[in-house]
Amino acid sequence: MQTPAEIDYARASSVDQAIALLEEHGEDARVIAGGHSLLPMMKLRLARPEWIIDINDLHELRAIRVEGGELVLGALTRHADVLESPVVGEHYPILVDAERVIADPVVRNRGTVGGSFCQADPAEDLAAVGSALRANVVIRSSSGTRTVPAREFHTGPYETEVGPAELLVEVRIPIRPSAGSAYEKVERRAGDWAIAAAGAFVELSGGVVSDVGIGLSAVGARHYCAAEAEGFLRGQAPTPENLAEAGRIAAEHCSPTSDQRGPADYKRHLVGELTKRALSRSVERAGGGA
Amino acid sequence: MQVTITVNGTQFTRDVEPRMLLVHFVRDELRLTGTHWGCDTSNCGTCVLWVDGEPVKSCTVLTVMADGHEVTTVEALAKGGQLDPVQQGFMEEHGLQCGFCTPGMMMTARWLLDRNPDPDEGTIREAISGQICRCTGYENIVRAIRWAAEHPAPAEEQAAEEVQA
Amino acid sequence: MTAVDETPAVPLSAAGNPIGFGRMLRKEDVRFVRGHGNYVDDIALPGMLHAAILRSPFAHATIVSIDTSAAEAHPKVKAVITGKLLETLKLAWMPTLSMDVQAVLATDKVRFHGQEVAFVVAEDKYSARDALELIDVEYEPLPAVVDAKKALDPGAPVIRDDIEGKTDNHIFDWEAGDKALADEVFAKAEVVVSQQMLYPRVHPSPMETCGTVASMDPITGKLTVWSTNQAPHAHRTLYAIVAGIPEQKIQIISPDIGGGFGGKVGIYPGYVLAVVGSIVTGQPVKWVEDRSENLMSTAFARDYHMNGSIAATRDGKILGLRVDVLADHGAFNGTAQPTKFPAGFFHIFTGSYDLQAAHCKVTGVYTNKAPGGVAYACSFRVTEAVYLVERMVDVLADELGMDPAELRLKNLLRPEQFPYTTKTGWEYDSGDYPRALRKAMDMAGYDQLRAEQAEKRTRGELMGIGISFFTEGVGAGPRKHMDILGLGMADGCELRVHPTGKAQIRLSVQSQGQGHETTFAQIVSHELGIPPEDVEVIHGDTDNTPFGLGTYGSRSTPVSGAAASVVSRGIRDKARIIAAAALEVSVDDLEWELGRWYVKGDPEKGKTISEIAMLSHGVLELPEGVEGHLDASVVYDPPNLTYPFGAYICVVDVDPGTGAVKVRRFIAVDDCGPRINPMIVEGQVHGGLADGVGMALMQLMAFDENGTHLGGSFMDYLLPSSMECPSWETGETVTPSPHHPLGVKGVGESATVGSPPAVVNAVIDALEPYGVRHADMPLTPANVWLAMQGRQLRNDLAVP
Repeated sequence: MQTPAEIDYARASSVDQAIALLEEHGEDARVIAGGHSLLPMMKLRLARPEWIIDINDLHELRAIRVEGGELVLGALTRHADVLESPVVGEHYPILVDAERVIADPVVRNRGTVGGSFCQADPAEDLAAVGSALRANVVIRSSSGTRTVPAREFHTGPYETEVGPAELLVEVRIPIRPSAGSAYEKVERRAGDWAIAAAGAFVELSGGVVSDVGIGLSAVGARHYCAAEAEGFLRGQAPTPENLAEAGRIAAEHCSPTSDQRGPADYKRHLVGELTKRALSRSVERAGGGA
Repeated sequence: MQVTITVNGTQFTRDVEPRMLLVHFVRDELRLTGTHWGCDTSNCGTCVLWVDGEPVKSCTVLTVMADGHEVTTVEALAKGGQLDPVQQGFMEEHGLQCGFCTPGMMMTARWLLDRNPDPDEGTIREAISGQICRCTGYENIVRAIRWAAEHPAPAEEQAAEEVQA
Repeated sequence: MTAVDETPAVPLSAAGNPIGFGRMLRKEDVRFVRGHGNYVDDIALPGMLHAAILRSPFAHATIVSIDTSAAEAHPKVKAVITGKLLETLKLAWMPTLSMDVQAVLATDKVRFHGQEVAFVVAEDKYSARDALELIDVEYEPLPAVVDAKKALDPGAPVIRDDIEGKTDNHIFDWEAGDKALADEVFAKAEVVVSQQMLYPRVHPSPMETCGTVASMDPITGKLTVWSTNQAPHAHRTLYAIVAGIPEQKIQIISPDIGGGFGGKVGIYPGYVLAVVGSIVTGQPVKWVEDRSENLMSTAFARDYHMNGSIAATRDGKILGLRVDVLADHGAFNGTAQPTKFPAGFFHIFTGSYDLQAAHCKVTGVYTNKAPGGVAYACSFRVTEAVYLVERMVDVLADELGMDPAELRLKNLLRPEQFPYTTKTGWEYDSGDYPRALRKAMDMAGYDQLRAEQAEKRTRGELMGIGISFFTEGVGAGPRKHMDILGLGMADGCELRVHPTGKAQIRLSVQSQGQGHETTFAQIVSHELGIPPEDVEVIHGDTDNTPFGLGTYGSRSTPVSGAAASVVSRGIRDKARIIAAAALEVSVDDLEWELGRWYVKGDPEKGKTISEIAMLSHGVLELPEGVEGHLDASVVYDPPNLTYPFGAYICVVDVDPGTGAVKVRRFIAVDDCGPRINPMIVEGQVHGGLADGVGMALMQLMAFDENGTHLGGSFMDYLLPSSMECPSWETGETVTPSPHHPLGVKGVGESATVGSPPAVVNAVIDALEPYGVRHADMPLTPANVWLAMQGRQLRNDLAVP
């Protein structure tokens, strides 16, 4: 069996202590929560941190709550927690849709919201959801907290705004009481990373789309979002033609690459199809019955 | 570093390398070899055991992360010489062939039934979807878990009644 | 041969088990469900060391130098072994199962990505892995042969320059059938259709990877090897030949095996290296590969590029079948098959149909990929044969505009044609094919499905119905025709009935999950009336079992099952003599009923097997020439293969917007003769059906242009989960084999062989509105989408 290289280990008992440990060990340290992305990389010896800072005891970060008109997901919230949360289901079915297709139930018992955001895999489902919902990511360091919009959080594949001595502590999603939302993913088999995926929320007002968010995964969309398609749809009637056109625009503006999951033009095709489907279900869930 | 982990109800204190994977602690240090491993990448689920009552893939957990926690393995499924209904169900419905994925499958099954004593086929299939079996085509694993649901142990039956009441 | 579909009920033992055939819970499960199996990696010996292998990052490269000094300086490292050291021991190369040689550790150059380069033995497995990183190998990369279709191009890099005089990558050409007759039939035929297809390279991927614990006792010279292997006796002989260790000093133990599927038939370099490691260090050495090593270096399956043609009359009478095959065998020709048949049993490709002529030609080539070809429940390449013919029949149905079920019913062999000799020389033993297909169609509700499909098509919905009818050839095989490396494929078997009437049966074959400990006890029970719980099955240990060729090619029941039956009948005959002596009657006066000999006309007077067993060990005076005790042994040489068959129907829905395929239903009617334990047989079928879904929809080992393996983990090499498999619908017909003592035919690989074309045919059928006639496996969403647009993809090469 593959085994990690030698490491040192520290378990943080508070957020401040975790940050202090990160400050102490700098670039040589990696935070571990669920570990399901980091440990396989360490076993392949592609990731070689010298220090592992375990944050699993920071129970205050494992929380789902509504606060100030926002749905707040603590960084240590397990995927299974999100999936089972009535509060999440009430406000954002897109999160339930997405969580149901992230890995598998046993992995979802360990994997965390913060871990998904920080791993920044180009095919990460929650990143697309965060972008679609224009969530904000709260990052803490010894000098305080700062809030970064999800659409600025990811700076590249496997790269985020989180600095070496910082900790992502929560993800805050504005609640839109009248919005409908949905997530659509095509995968080669259950639990696989997406070939392509699209998530959306839609708010309707006076027969037109008053607000919309579209997130894309695995297709090289900048910041996991489809801003041009959103721009087109805002103010338009949620007709099947307009939703399809939004899909077409989203497909045009992403940059998928060919790999074992499929050629780039297929992925681009999927973006159109899945964006349309996610929008259509969002409209339906918003009571618009597209 | 020194860890103290309760495994199947017994507390063990051992000196381990921080990098040691939990599956190796259980298998090599404690010689509880019922928990297997099959893939390195947390895709196959043959290494599933419980940490604090929840199934996890132990090839992707460091032993030190389990320090102070409770681990339960397949060896603790049978109680007082009596097989768990899940174990009996796997035998009754031919839910295993080579037996390699079986411990992990059964640990997830027991967890599922504890939370949902009467799962339908779809629920069972989803619960075991992160665990690969190459022999059974899953059909008889689903039937085995259904068998266990339909034949709860006496204590379980009582608990289920309490939940309903 | 009258076919009956009901297995007669048998009496039950005190424990409630059938005394003979019938559903019985598996005896081996008692340990498995408690986590008390004993797999290779569970073995821990005092002083045992742990090993790891350094592998090549290149598909083709010259080894300039290997510096092991830093690794050797690691405080926990006990030995670092390279090809150079092995050369001094004459162990750098080992024979393959195809009479080629394979490098144990590369000496001159590496020939595939993942090839074994160095071996480290250390005090623990973490240190062994650490030390791999301390070995410095300088490579000089060479151009790689990745595309099998270019392997024979003039100027292609020569992979096997280790073979003296080798100037190309050609391994063999092999033909079967009558080419002239086939050409004549094709020339006259009203309809001829051709189709190129690839059965891609796949990997059996049992959940347990391969591994070995080797322990050479430096005092006694006894070598004990616990390893993941499907053929312990053949391994013992091979170790004796390769390592020069006297065969009587070698004990091979196959403990519990976590699935084999053909991937654990051969000897891998790691096994030999563990032995060398133990010899060098004087301590037991354990080597267990990780999943990447398993996927990248152990035996793959298939990789057949096939160009088929089928000839028929306009009204759908199939006349002939031709196929040219390019077989990618990887860097060393290591396929397992009888020596006479370099393409295995592929020439069974005429399938289940009555043809006038057939011809196949197979060319094997070297490429810079891992060796193998015959693994993964393929019955020595019957998988490829069945896929070819069942796809060709659907291609013909498409050309003729005929329903594929109707076309099959029109051409299937008729029951009165058996025994039937095919145009390539196989003698099918028995069958009633139309009955099996009709039964499957009834179970599926075939006509309703077609009506539903027609209705759905009007709405643009894509639903497909796929049929596959297969004939398997299993139970290799008659000694005069079939061997592995010169070892004939006959199986020994020994039975001992102890004084109290309890028995032990010793098998040469060994289980990787098939349930031998139960099935073989039931065979003895069936023959002697001893309750199956009183029969202990001993297997997987060469010191304690008779010689035989092992478990693969669905051969355990056809060959060793027959041996178990014959040896039991020998005991029964001897018991008769002893009973006659005890009862003071003539043997001719005795009549057998299950478990007992009694006096004709006086049924009260008799002796049970248990009583006879005690008498045989006691002081009863036995007739002249009759030895005491109730033991017997036999070597069974099968007169022919057995030919199980089946009719499969798959129903799929395809999402026209995404290309995603959902298998909605799968109906499988199997005929493997009488079922010793119907529960176990059904389980074997289920597993193979899942294989079919996996191969048809997702499994693929692809390589990039440099020969880099792109499927080195379960994140990339996808196996079906519970979510992709439907709830299997199984049925049976029963046509006994006329030459097997129990009439049974073997079933382990039937479903793996038969199911892939059913799934593919269903998907292609769903895509009919798009004019799709063929698309290669795996039919991933992307590939389905490409097929819908009339685009084809080379699945074996990296996506462009």
